[in-house]
Amino acid sequence: MAAPMLEVKSLSISFGGLKAVDSFDVTIDKGQLYGLIGPNGAGKTTIFNLLTGVYKPDTGSIVLDGKNITGKKTIEINQCGIARTFQNIRLFKDLTVLDNVKAGLHNSHPYSTLTGIFRLPKYYKVEKEMNEKAMDLLKVFDLDKESHYKASNLPYGKQRKLEIARALATNPKLLLLDEPAAGMNPNETAELMDTIRFVRKEFHMTILLIEHDMKLVSGICEQLTVLNFGQVLASGETSQVLNNPQVITAYLGE
Amino acid sequence: MEVEYAMKTQKSIKDLLKGSGVTYGMVILAYLLVEIALKTGNMSSLMQGLLVPLCIYSILAVSLNLVVGISGELSLGHAGFMCVGAFSGALFSKAFKGMIDPTLSLIIAIIIGAAVAAVFGILIGIPVLRLRGDYLAIVTLAFGEIIKNIINAIYLGVDSSGIHFSMKSEVALKLDAEGTVLIKGAQGITGTPQASTFTIGVILLLITLFIVINLVNSRTGRAIMAIRDNRIAAESIGLHITKYKLLAFTVSAALAGVAGVLYAHNLTTLAALPKNFGYNQSIMILVFVVLGGIGNVRGSVIAAVVLTLLPELLRGLNNYRMLIYAIVLIAMMLFNSSPKAIELRERFADSFKKKTAKKEVA
Repeated sequence: MAAPMLEVKSLSISFGGLKAVDSFDVTIDKGQLYGLIGPNGAGKTTIFNLLTGVYKPDTGSIVLDGKNITGKKTIEINQCGIARTFQNIRLFKDLTVLDNVKAGLHNSHPYSTLTGIFRLPKYYKVEKEMNEKAMDLLKVFDLDKESHYKASNLPYGKQRKLEIARALATNPKLLLLDEPAAGMNPNETAELMDTIRFVRKEFHMTILLIEHDMKLVSGICEQLTVLNFGQVLASGETSQVLNNPQVITAYLGE
Repeated sequence: MEVEYAMKTQKSIKDLLKGSGVTYGMVILAYLLVEIALKTGNMSSLMQGLLVPLCIYSILAVSLNLVVGISGELSLGHAGFMCVGAFSGALFSKAFKGMIDPTLSLIIAIIIGAAVAAVFGILIGIPVLRLRGDYLAIVTLAFGEIIKNIINAIYLGVDSSGIHFSMKSEVALKLDAEGTVLIKGAQGITGTPQASTFTIGVILLLITLFIVINLVNSRTGRAIMAIRDNRIAAESIGLHITKYKLLAFTVSAALAGVAGVLYAHNLTTLAALPKNFGYNQSIMILVFVVLGGIGNVRGSVIAAVVLTLLPELLRGLNNYRMLIYAIVLIAMMLFNSSPKAIELRERFADSFKKKTAKKEVA
């Protein structure tokens, strides 16, 4: 078995007296679709914030693809290969759909500020590459026709998709999706499941997602971790975890 | 409804691309008209005196728009950077007066003014850009005032033994008999060559527009606007927040410095007064930016020109002058920002578009 994509060991953080995350462990293999579920306030998003360097963990280690990224800054972690989406959508709302994705391509397609101001040949070359790459990504998410819309003018479901496209533009190894189906109707959720499956196949992506929609979770996740009050309640194969009596009492309900 | 919206946004993007051409064209056209009026002698001396200030205010408004509109930070210290540029440029011109060709001298003065203002932009930007919103506005305002007051206290002279510097008085410089005072405290710099002309002003305005418009429509501009729209998301995709905020702030400061050099070379005496480099000036520039439309470069130029000309054009109406000025301010504000006015404008633009479309079909 190859080395895991993400290996998290005894990760903890407290805010004041509250242990928001208490010795959290997870191991995600390459190409796996992993789910993180639990009641509201269980610490799921806090774990995402720890993984992406928004918060620094009190203890524990995070190893991404054999590289220790514990305590690094958000920007560095993104460059190491973690990209994410947000629970409450955070798009660049006054930029066009295309520019949102191009912002994601920023670090992989460099040219200097002066090249941009004086419109040197490199500017046209790199911008053209960026446009092509961004349009390819938008096509995957069926957003290519809306490429010139302002991001805030997109319907809700498409905004969620654009966020995923923008995250993928940074060419990550691991994609974190924070409640991708929140606020979606059943049709949109079904479509989203297809998109996630497609992304995983097409980009050979390892995905960790937080979700409350059990249909989505049981439909696409191979492994699950259930979190409750900052602690791991259960983890393992999706079907086993969902039948775990403790999980049923704490989260799913009888 | 959705399609309609899409068409509108698509149109606005096209307009934006075409827009830069329109902006340059507008400035060049205005320049030609003024030149014709000057040649045929159809311009009062009062108006002639306003030509260079029009360029200065336009440059200031466009450069401040880079910080307020594109980078999304409220800065109230713009006059401070103008002040730094003005004094460093004027100091150079005075020190080397008669030694080099006047045009070359002005060009070097402009470069020096821009560079010194940029250095101040970086120095002030590093601590200040950690703050946001109102706090940033307050601190930049304070910095603007501090710069002005420090310059008011500087005495600088040169003689055979070198450069003398003091913060006390002219006497404290202890100059030789043949030494000259360059900066005389609150009296500032006297005897700067009056090298600024309308042509130079327009060229500098075009360069400013070129820099700002191209910067905004590049990878760097996209990063700056992404950070403005959502800081946390920008960080999550690997954008360097401080770097790009500082870059916008510094470029803006440098361009304000250019306007300052132009200002210094339009007068014989340069002194840092509350009138020209105080916070009222900073707020005036902000008024141009806000009324022209935040983030709208062309609007900044138009607002700067209209609001600079207006008080002078209304001089004949004497008592009602400021009243009319205030009414125009309010009217412009409503025209630019009120939802009803925007709706009306769009309806007007649509009907205009339909008419031209019909003509095309016919």
